[in-house]
Amino acid sequence: MAETYTIEGRTGPWEVVLGLEVHAQVISKSKLFSGASTTFGGEPNSQVSLVDAAMPGMLPVLNGECVRQAVRTGLALGAKINLWSRFDRKNYFYADLPQGYQISQFQHPIVGEGKLEIETEEGGPRTVGIERIHLEQDAGKSIHDLSPSASYVDLNRSGVALMEIVSKPDMRSPAEAGAYVTALRQIVRAIGSCDGNMQEGSMRADVNVSVRKAGEPFGTRCEIKNVNSIRFIQQAIAYEARRQVEILEDGGSIHQETRLFDPDRGETRSLRSKEDAHDYRYFPEPDLLPLELTAEFVEECRRSLPELPGARRARYEAELGLTPYLAGVLTADQDSADWFEALLADTAKRQGKPPRDVAERAANWMTGELFGALNKLGVEVADSPVSPAQGGELLALLADGTLSGPLAKQLFEIMLETREDPGAIAEARGLKQVSDTGALETAIAQVMAANADKLAEYRSGKDKLFGFFVGQVMKASGGKANPAVVNDLLKKALNQA
Amino acid sequence: MAVDESMVARVAGLARLQLAAAEVEPLTRELNNILGWIDQLQAVDTGTVEPMTAVIPLTREWRKDEVTDGDIQQDVLANAPQSAHGFFAVPKVIE
Repeated sequence: MAETYTIEGRTGPWEVVLGLEVHAQVISKSKLFSGASTTFGGEPNSQVSLVDAAMPGMLPVLNGECVRQAVRTGLALGAKINLWSRFDRKNYFYADLPQGYQISQFQHPIVGEGKLEIETEEGGPRTVGIERIHLEQDAGKSIHDLSPSASYVDLNRSGVALMEIVSKPDMRSPAEAGAYVTALRQIVRAIGSCDGNMQEGSMRADVNVSVRKAGEPFGTRCEIKNVNSIRFIQQAIAYEARRQVEILEDGGSIHQETRLFDPDRGETRSLRSKEDAHDYRYFPEPDLLPLELTAEFVEECRRSLPELPGARRARYEAELGLTPYLAGVLTADQDSADWFEALLADTAKRQGKPPRDVAERAANWMTGELFGALNKLGVEVADSPVSPAQGGELLALLADGTLSGPLAKQLFEIMLETREDPGAIAEARGLKQVSDTGALETAIAQVMAANADKLAEYRSGKDKLFGFFVGQVMKASGGKANPAVVNDLLKKALNQA
Repeated sequence: MAVDESMVARVAGLARLQLAAAEVEPLTRELNNILGWIDQLQAVDTGTVEPMTAVIPLTREWRKDEVTDGDIQQDVLANAPQSAHGFFAVPKVIE
């Protein structure tokens, strides 16, 4: 077990207790209860139906796809799916909430308890409990800086489906909270229920922070609202935990409240204006029927799930014999894993070997050469100029000795620029390793003739000169000679007195 | 269950209802009458009755995930007391 994260106070170490509520925007074309589009970045109020604008008499109708995605997310987290759930009204007033209430699920959420495996660098693997997932509407967006006298409201987001994924208070350090969000993001992206784009706000977190002395009951928590990056989540926790420890050690007490994180100042601030808002007066939504699911529907959702990142990673280690590091890098996102599997399938086929025998070589090439090049180009793996099949061909040319390591590197550079197949490039530019002994013997003879003095030295015992001859032959072949063949032939030629 | 005058004033505040001081006492009495009636209903033993959650026996009236609405910015803003550049313009909300 690794060292526990603590805040060192004057009175000793304090433990930090963290629970997260992650709001994940469901991938759907239309909104949770209306037929308006969910696309990001439209003209203000252009993706708004009269339902989203809460015009009197308009009725919500549930989008089945959003239900399906919430169930799939629950299943991916090993959670209990509630075949009977219900929508409730959460009442509060705000300019960007035209209904005066949010349709959410309070008492009977669609997804119950589940769990998520996380892994931190210091702490190793750990399980974080999931309390529930419920479906709810997003609010509109208020813009405060376009006019000195007014706030502007855009309802394009109003009514977009969100999943609120609530964890248990199981995390104990900023690193664990970061690992939790990372793992959750990997899963929703892998199954395609949320794009995980934190910058555009498709995923954001409310962070509940409290502190306590080891072994004591939970302290009073504060909730930091709407934090939209993993780094900010960690900074906000570190600041907030320190703030609470200072208050407690000065003899004060923590008031349960909602706070905001200010990334510019790296601090959290009280949101006093909402003190009253905690009384949401939930009641069952009268405009919607209870949400009833059949066991067959849940089974269909289950069958539609792809292999999850954790399972894939374990399979790469067990079946392909990859190191935990390589398996982790390749399964970090769906696109990388897909690219790798296409590369591996192609490589195994071309070389007529079982995948396990070529996996490490392919993984090393992909994480080293390919990722290095993509990084330099600033391109995502999905947009790689080189296809998995071209990568497989390159690896095959290396494996059968057509290419040497240095030649393969040279050829790969050309592939990145021209997007041509490696075989065609090698043919057209003569970039093939020369293993033909006849040609190499000729080159060796020429080198030996041109360096008679060095030859004499070598034969009188100066063994170190062997490297010099190898270099000369390689140079004479334009770098194309097969080094292993050159070694063999040279040894024979030099030692034939 | 019963409510007192301070709770009535608080709930009115949360619901943005402006009540004159003189309205609070009669309203409290009326609400308590209603709550009293509900208490009376609670006395009926419903232990063996399935809860009724809807009066219409429909369950799967789900919408297909298609864009069928929107692009009506003018209509959406038509009743707004103030709008600007396609936005609703509301009194400045300061956090």
